[in-house]
Amino acid sequence: MTKAFQKIYTKITRITKATCTLKASGISNDELASINGRLAQVVKIDGDEVVLQVFAGTEGIPTNAEVTFMGKSPSLKVGEQLAGRFFNAYGDPIDGRPEPEGIEVEIGGPSVNPVRRKQPSELLATGIAGIDLNNTLVTGQKIPFFTDPDQPFNEVMALVALHAESDKIILGGMGMTNDDYLFYKNTFSNAGVLDRIVSFINTTEDPSVERLLIPDMALTAAEYFAVEKHEKVLVLLSDMTNYADALAIVSNRMDQIPSKDSMPGSLYSDLAKIYEKAVQFPDGGSITIIAVTTLSGGDITHSIPDNTGYITEGQLYLRRDTDVGKVIIDPFRSLSRLKQLVIGKKTREDHPQVMNAAVRLYADAANAKTKMENGFDLTDYDNRTLDFARDYSNDLLAIDVNLNTNEMLDETWKLFAKYFSPEEVNIKQELVDKYWKNK
Amino acid sequence: MATKGIVTGIVSNLVTVEVDGPVSQNEICYITLGDTKLMSEVIKIVGKNAYVQVFESTRGLKAGDKVEFSEHMLEVTLGPGMLSHNYDGLQNDLDKMTGVFLKRGEYTYPLDKEKLWNYTPIAPVGTTVKPGDWIGEVIENHQKLKMMVPFNFQGDYKVKEVTKAGSYNIFQKIAVLTDSTGIDHEINMIQKWPVKKAVTTYKEKPRPFKLLETGVRPIDTANPIVEGGTGFIPGPFGTGKTVLQHAIAKQAEADIVIMAACGERANEVVEIFTEYPHLIDPHTGRNLSERTIIIANTSNMPVAAREASVYTAMAIAEYYRAMGLKVLLMADSTSRWAQALREMSNRLEELPGPDAFPMDLSAIIANFYSRAGYVILNNENTGSITFIGTVSPAGGNLKEPVTENTKKVARCFYALEQERADKKRYPAINVIDSYSKYLEYPEFKKYIAEHIEEDWIEKVNDLKLRMQRGKEISEQINILGDDGVPIDYHETFWKSELIDFVILQQDAFDAIDAVTPMERQKYMLDLIIGICRKHFVFNNFDEVSIFFRKLINICKNMNYSHFLDEHFNEYLSQLEKTLAEQPQKEIKN
Repeated sequence: MTKAFQKIYTKITRITKATCTLKASGISNDELASINGRLAQVVKIDGDEVVLQVFAGTEGIPTNAEVTFMGKSPSLKVGEQLAGRFFNAYGDPIDGRPEPEGIEVEIGGPSVNPVRRKQPSELLATGIAGIDLNNTLVTGQKIPFFTDPDQPFNEVMALVALHAESDKIILGGMGMTNDDYLFYKNTFSNAGVLDRIVSFINTTEDPSVERLLIPDMALTAAEYFAVEKHEKVLVLLSDMTNYADALAIVSNRMDQIPSKDSMPGSLYSDLAKIYEKAVQFPDGGSITIIAVTTLSGGDITHSIPDNTGYITEGQLYLRRDTDVGKVIIDPFRSLSRLKQLVIGKKTREDHPQVMNAAVRLYADAANAKTKMENGFDLTDYDNRTLDFARDYSNDLLAIDVNLNTNEMLDETWKLFAKYFSPEEVNIKQELVDKYWKNK
Repeated sequence: MATKGIVTGIVSNLVTVEVDGPVSQNEICYITLGDTKLMSEVIKIVGKNAYVQVFESTRGLKAGDKVEFSEHMLEVTLGPGMLSHNYDGLQNDLDKMTGVFLKRGEYTYPLDKEKLWNYTPIAPVGTTVKPGDWIGEVIENHQKLKMMVPFNFQGDYKVKEVTKAGSYNIFQKIAVLTDSTGIDHEINMIQKWPVKKAVTTYKEKPRPFKLLETGVRPIDTANPIVEGGTGFIPGPFGTGKTVLQHAIAKQAEADIVIMAACGERANEVVEIFTEYPHLIDPHTGRNLSERTIIIANTSNMPVAAREASVYTAMAIAEYYRAMGLKVLLMADSTSRWAQALREMSNRLEELPGPDAFPMDLSAIIANFYSRAGYVILNNENTGSITFIGTVSPAGGNLKEPVTENTKKVARCFYALEQERADKKRYPAINVIDSYSKYLEYPEFKKYIAEHIEEDWIEKVNDLKLRMQRGKEISEQINILGDDGVPIDYHETFWKSELIDFVILQQDAFDAIDAVTPMERQKYMLDLIIGICRKHFVFNNFDEVSIFFRKLINICKNMNYSHFLDEHFNEYLSQLEKTLAEQPQKEIKN
């Protein structure tokens, strides 16, 4: 990479855990540099002083280290050859195969002009009723799983990736354990879909600041396939909490005043820049982002999930339902904001009302359960809601259910008729007349 | 000669510029980067150093790059041709930009330079006019737009010459005005205005009093907003802020609607310009997009322009208000704007206030809300800007600086509640916590008594009291159990459920239920309050819930039917039959 005419600097004046400062001229903001072979990026220019953020950390860097500037920002070579490959945070192959050929583009590029977007309207079916029935996804959407670290979120993500119809799947792993990385690799390889997967992986063994490059790398690859090839691209990002933690480390080392939860004040903008890359183009290309945000102790008021929730188009919660002993998609707090664009339009007309009625009855069951736990007598209606909730959870909400949307709706009508009268279900009369199943 | 400078320091989008001459606070400058120029605004000056916030990405910028100052603040260009347009936060026309991706340094002119407008003069030769006074008129999208004496003129002018009616473009002369010193000023259809300054060319700004109908029942009936009023909608994510805001924007009785998408999702903007061309303004029967302007600075667009976007929107709103129009301005969300201020304040290394927000946040918010209002113009016509902002409180906690400071200045408060949203009771407005100060204005009470009915506000208060009572009883039932409270407690509770399901909940995705005209709201409130004021006889508490569930089901089907049509009346007779079958008792108050 070193060119003959490149100037080599050898006098670092200040070193912190993440940054090096030196005097240099003609340097651009965001430019990459190499410090004794370690990759770094310009984060501050003050006159002739330049501050470099060293991705791999500064351990062992001497004040006389050789610093060269590369005259470019972080970039990725994009092309068809990316498919089926595994890369690290710098976009270098980690699968032992040669570097793919392609056109070099800077990562973290500009935003799509909002007027060049198309309103997402294409159903992204996953077969999981907790998603398709209550929280229907649409191509071009961005949505995270809010989950505790002990829940099987990687399994569910992999399931969604395999069920959902897409041309390419881009996996961005941030602080992923090696075991989980291998899990994805094996799952995709066993399903025979490896040739349409591109992975950018930073494992727990890699330096944490390197993670900051992963989403931009993954999305630059996604933009290539969506814009140039008009493909439907699904991007999986796991785990965005690790990404945000890395942001906090860097901001802290740069002496920035932290805002809530020790996170940088720019957290919202930093996350939005990533998630807003989700897009539907008029020519059919799309980028859908499904991410994971792990919670600490289920706390969604923490800055990371909180800011994420304001950016993404809904969120999905996993919960273990102890009554049926299965992991379900929690119908209360889960939400897909874009479902209104497809339910009842791309799916059957009764979808919106059936969905709402079932969730309302499920909420009545939750109230009945509280009453029961407090030792009160239950009414006949309470008992019926509890029975309904058990069936609903087991037959529909559980993540191991694999049905198409019409089957899900029919199944729900069946449960309505089994436990309730039409007045109790509270659905438009014309739909009841058409779909009510007699016992 | 304009001041020049060179870049000496860069941290993210804060750039230090060493200048060779005078600069002013908030002056606009352009940094040359290769063959593009990046627009920036001066936000702090120390000696020879001007600190500027760049409205673009600063990637690739170097120390030593050249800067030119423009000698003006951030301005909007006002004239005919803005309606139905999509602008970014700096009023660049997004549709005129080339390419799929936004290009740094690409600035597009907000108006149509060639289009000819049918112009009719208003002010005859010899009239004395002031800034903001009407000179002539053009018609855009069926609205009469006034061409005015530019807001930045000062004092009195005499109309010396007027252009006769005809077709002209925006640059052509429409009048010549002579100022008090005898100097002639030629004006055309365009004027410029610095966005951070309020336009104050009106005669007076009385307290607002006219109901602004939105078709949203929990607003119009329970906590109404008025023409020229201010309101805000705080709510945790997922409680339906955006859906509610869009419902108001679609249905409100306004001449012009300006949507400032400030640091929010791009897809929400896409929704507006995809759907509005197919939607009809319920009040005029015209296409909704004809009255709408979008200012889009979505969350992935540069942060500094986010702050500018709300001011750009307000300045455009003031322009239309000065024409005597009813303007509705919506900003989603003001929290993102406050966060943009925080990011800059942080980079400037200012001492932070609560939650690291700048210390003057409360003054900035108060100042902005005060630009809304109902005004009487110099020619006795009236105009208004109704402003509704959403707030996205961190962690859903309403005790955070943006919510608290907004609460001090906004007169209507629509609290969206997580608990209601979880139960899918939409809109998730908690009617008890929410308020409209206008309900206490004598001017408003008088207006309502004349336009709706004398005892309307009394009924509204009855509704709120019943909701409050219902909530208290539901808490008691949770503690004491169903049979731990008297049967009439159940009745009171279920009456509040009836109000909740029939009046306060509204299906924003059902074509009929989504928009309820005032006449229908009055009909339904009378009907429901009428039922609530009856006293029924029940044998046990199970009967209570069965009876009221039946009522709710019938009334909801009424809400889904066209007002007073065949189906509606069918449900109404069902309702009357059900009511008649249930024994009642007389209670004398």
